[in-house]
Amino acid sequence: MSPQPRALVALNVVSVLLLGASYYASLVYAPLEAVMGAVQRVFYFHVATAWVGMLGFVMAAVAGIIYLWKKDLKWDAISVAAVEISLVFFFIAIVLGSIWARPIWGTWWTWEPRLTTAAILEMIYLAYLLLRQGIEDPEKRARFGAVYTLLGGISVPVTFVSIRLFRTIHPVVIGSGSAEAQGGFNMAPAMLQTMFFSIIAFSVIFVTIFWHRMRLASLANRVEQLKLKALD
Amino acid sequence: MDTPNTMSYMLAGYIIFSVTFFGYLVYLWLRWKLLLSDEEDLQKFETKE
Repeated sequence: MSPQPRALVALNVVSVLLLGASYYASLVYAPLEAVMGAVQRVFYFHVATAWVGMLGFVMAAVAGIIYLWKKDLKWDAISVAAVEISLVFFFIAIVLGSIWARPIWGTWWTWEPRLTTAAILEMIYLAYLLLRQGIEDPEKRARFGAVYTLLGGISVPVTFVSIRLFRTIHPVVIGSGSAEAQGGFNMAPAMLQTMFFSIIAFSVIFVTIFWHRMRLASLANRVEQLKLKALD
Repeated sequence: MDTPNTMSYMLAGYIIFSVTFFGYLVYLWLRWKLLLSDEEDLQKFETKE
């Protein structure tokens, strides 16, 4: 396998620096929120990981559309890579939200619109990876995957707008949410800067991991070809 | 109004994030290493043939 391209090596370094800076900004630079205390600091990584999670799910749907159009298996590999990484980030977002909810709402979990749609979203894509394993023919698997990510992609905007459309206790930090929201807060400039910095940092980290994951897919494909050759 | 002490929740959040995030990176690295070793074995087999 060819060594990492220079651009990827540079991205590795930038990603490590951005992750370190995100930890610093969230834990030190952002001021302590007076009503919630230290637990509010998980908000920065919660928002950033949720954003990256949704970004990957949308990316998978777009790659699915392109696969159906071009019939090139490369786009199927892009869908799988994006979904796999997003599942990890979205899982982190759900867990961080649950940890924040315990002292603020007094419960780890409640079936309100945002949490419910987020849980469904995570399960839809977990099922995507599991169901793919049951199809042996690569073309059939890719076609199934493309249609699935396309339909699954509908749940991304539903999850995003759920706190703006329904009565919910989940706060809306930017814009106006439900009157019943609990745990909302006014962001000081340093808090806002930290939130946007974390979102940008995690987007770059996503791109870096995605590139590595695509190299992994390409290596797996090469090994598969060698295995088939050895069996002949 | 007193600020509540929710430090343990914050620490739990950042520890879980770090373990999951770096755990995934290690998982990817292990998959990469396994595939590289498979590739090497198959190439050796190919040259023997």
